[in-house]
Amino acid sequence: MTQNNALIKPEENEYLNCIRCGLCLAVCPTYHEYNNETASPRGRVALARKGLEGELELSPNLIEQMYACFDCMACNDICPVGIRPADLALEMRHVQEQLHPAVWKDNLFSKVVGKPGRMELATLPLRLYQMLGIRRLVYALGIRRLMPEKLRDLESMLPHLPQRPIRQILPEVTPAKKESLYQVGFFLGCAQSLMFSDQSLATVRVLARNGCTVITPKDTVCCGMPAEGYGRHDLVIKQAKQNIALFEKADVETIVTDCATCGSKLKEYGQILAEDSEWAERAAQFSKKVKDISEFLMTIPLEKPTGHVDARITYHDPCHLRRAQGVWKEPRAILGMIDGVEFVELPESDTCCGSAGSQLITHHDTSVKVMDRKVNNLESTHADFIASGCPGCQMQLNVGIRRHGLNVKVVHPIEMLDQAYNNEEGA
Amino acid sequence: MEQSIFTELEKIVGKAGVLHTPEDLAVYSYDGTFEEHCPDVVVLPESTEQVSQVIKLAASHRIPVVTRGMASGLTAASVPFSGGITLSMTRMNKLLEIDEVNAIAHVQAGIITSDLQEAVEKKNLFYPPDPSSIRHSTIGGNIACNAGGPRCLKYGVTGDYVLGLTVVLADGRVLKTGGKVIKDVVGFDLTALFTGSEGTLGVITEALLRLTAKPAYARTALVEFASLPDACKTVNAIIRAGIVPATLELMDHTAISCIEDAMHLGLPLDVEAILLIEADGTNLATVTYEIESAAEICRNQGARNVRVAKDEAERASLWKARRSVSPALARKAPNKLGEDITVPRSAIPEAVKRLKEVSAKYGLPIVIFGHAGDGNLHPNILFDKRDPEQWAKVEKMVAEEFAIALELGGTLSGEHGVGTLKRPYMERALGTISLGIQKQIKHVFDPFNILNPGKVLPD
Repeated sequence: MTQNNALIKPEENEYLNCIRCGLCLAVCPTYHEYNNETASPRGRVALARKGLEGELELSPNLIEQMYACFDCMACNDICPVGIRPADLALEMRHVQEQLHPAVWKDNLFSKVVGKPGRMELATLPLRLYQMLGIRRLVYALGIRRLMPEKLRDLESMLPHLPQRPIRQILPEVTPAKKESLYQVGFFLGCAQSLMFSDQSLATVRVLARNGCTVITPKDTVCCGMPAEGYGRHDLVIKQAKQNIALFEKADVETIVTDCATCGSKLKEYGQILAEDSEWAERAAQFSKKVKDISEFLMTIPLEKPTGHVDARITYHDPCHLRRAQGVWKEPRAILGMIDGVEFVELPESDTCCGSAGSQLITHHDTSVKVMDRKVNNLESTHADFIASGCPGCQMQLNVGIRRHGLNVKVVHPIEMLDQAYNNEEGA
Repeated sequence: MEQSIFTELEKIVGKAGVLHTPEDLAVYSYDGTFEEHCPDVVVLPESTEQVSQVIKLAASHRIPVVTRGMASGLTAASVPFSGGITLSMTRMNKLLEIDEVNAIAHVQAGIITSDLQEAVEKKNLFYPPDPSSIRHSTIGGNIACNAGGPRCLKYGVTGDYVLGLTVVLADGRVLKTGGKVIKDVVGFDLTALFTGSEGTLGVITEALLRLTAKPAYARTALVEFASLPDACKTVNAIIRAGIVPATLELMDHTAISCIEDAMHLGLPLDVEAILLIEADGTNLATVTYEIESAAEICRNQGARNVRVAKDEAERASLWKARRSVSPALARKAPNKLGEDITVPRSAIPEAVKRLKEVSAKYGLPIVIFGHAGDGNLHPNILFDKRDPEQWAKVEKMVAEEFAIALELGGTLSGEHGVGTLKRPYMERALGTISLGIQKQIKHVFDPFNILNPGKVLPD
């Protein structure tokens, strides 16, 4: 394995310290569905070790086990010796990309996701599908039922897209509604701002209402999470540097995001660039400023809305928010401060919903199984709304709700707060 | 292994239940020890009938069969050293019935123990055995190793709850033992024979388990002792006073600091020992009386501080801490070797003293924690296996630990079992007569030695 020496690869103690106790099996969503060691964190750690030590080849099947991980990080949290099996799976994907680079990843993650204009262009067919009324027809004529199951699921992921991308609507500077108390940068996440732009507009309204001057740089690029998921750590570094440099030009104390996934990645920049002498300090400064919208709102004297929202609401914890950022009380607190909201806790609220970015496409069967568990829990709450501050989770929940024929609306917690402000008298 | 065997197996359990890629075999090569050996094929059956057919096939080709639950074991009992078939029971995880009137659960062997507990507790019933691995071990594995746990002091071990078993024998015949009866003295107690047999006599596929009433209240106390011997003596003082707590757990200083490093619970780091005491029952006044009486005895025996958990969250965190001790030790040293020797309760202070002497003699730490209330201790040697000198010492230390247990009238293992790791000490523990009889029993059940060969009994 001489060629392995030049590789960027996991350090020995990331896998050698595993004592094989098996605690991680109890919390792993894929193990839960298959009851098979190959689909478990302990199994993946063993495979990573054997692959890196040369006992096994880094075969397509071995690498596939790393892609079969949903990266929900439940194993990272429970491991008593501090091993992070989910991180290890991502690092193994990176090892594979260094040994056998896939060209399509270059095209997708560097040339499309890495450039906001092209991302918007890529969603144009979806916009047309809605705007020209094709989607209505597909439903009305029952064409949707004729689609293969997987395509049907992908179709139901689609939220209602706005006619124009938010990047083109939102001003560079949104003034605070009254006195400006905070200078806040807003990071436009790709999926969040393209697919759920109404929610991002709500985020900006809520910030402005609470004394924030909101600066929204338009040239932000992808946070890097999709590239990381596909083993392109090199692109993550590139995208991190672009975003850091961009926000250095904006004079802001805080960088807010309303996407759980972006938040978790942006907060990692400091760690990712820690060894880079030119960037380490700049990255650390950047990451220190990043806050999830709910996290930020709980640090300021948030104005309690006088308007009502009468609804029974539950909440799903995005892995990238609860596990990656430790943020779980804040969104609940926001929902709890709205008069009329009847908050009901979702059983197993912190287990993965099965989205994990693109698992519904790449690992459809497993993704659906993991999702079914989530939706069964949702059904038991009898909620009218399920809130979750992550576009991936929201799309996945939409699919699950359609599959199960439930009447539950998927929302971002911030939308509910925004709605409560809108429902105030004289608003 | 020949392709034709794979094909036959696929006919029995379906394609998805037969695994033999190098990756699949690699992840079924281990348990909770550092031993490894790959099987030739992994089979995941979904019914007793499928298990029976797999065993028939294995018997006709003389293929070794190692039954495996979730592989949390600490004796390499489920490591397939002879290759062959690893029979993973994890897909036979159904709860077949909760008979509320008779307070009996009928389960498949692969159900996760905590899943069973949650299900019966919803019906206000209780399955007490609570090995630390409750969330990542199966009932079948618990029965095959006769697992214990903290609550054994009051409630007894896994075997005390097994009323009947469905077992596939080495020739594929299906044997049913026991039934839904509490009392049963007809014939030899085969249920007890299979309990703790570690997959060497048959494959347990289903079990009838006795349940009890769920205790409505539990109070937990954390007691700090400046002196380890005082803590040990207190264990006996509490029980002599006529109080039977549900649990009476001991942790020494190193164990405490390992937990604290891993979990930051604010445990005291300047004490030699902690006792974790829990009383439970259906009447709050009785439970409170018991925990307060125990606390009073602790104070009289020199406890520095007694803290009763004020709510369920605090209680849960104490137990989470206790359950994490064993894995948390791995933060202290690259390797650990944990045993589970058992001595008569009266001999605990002496056993602990002698274990610490062994530690001093060889210069390697022995961490002590365990179920002091029932005499079951977990001395864990911390070491670095890469250093051959240390490894040589460890082997001698283990032998001395076992010698201490036997000299004090105890035994090698209270709840982990024998597997391969304790085989060398079996003759000393049991004597030749007992071993001879046991070998004859094994021969009756498994004449071709295909069921978990090389485990438990020495050659």
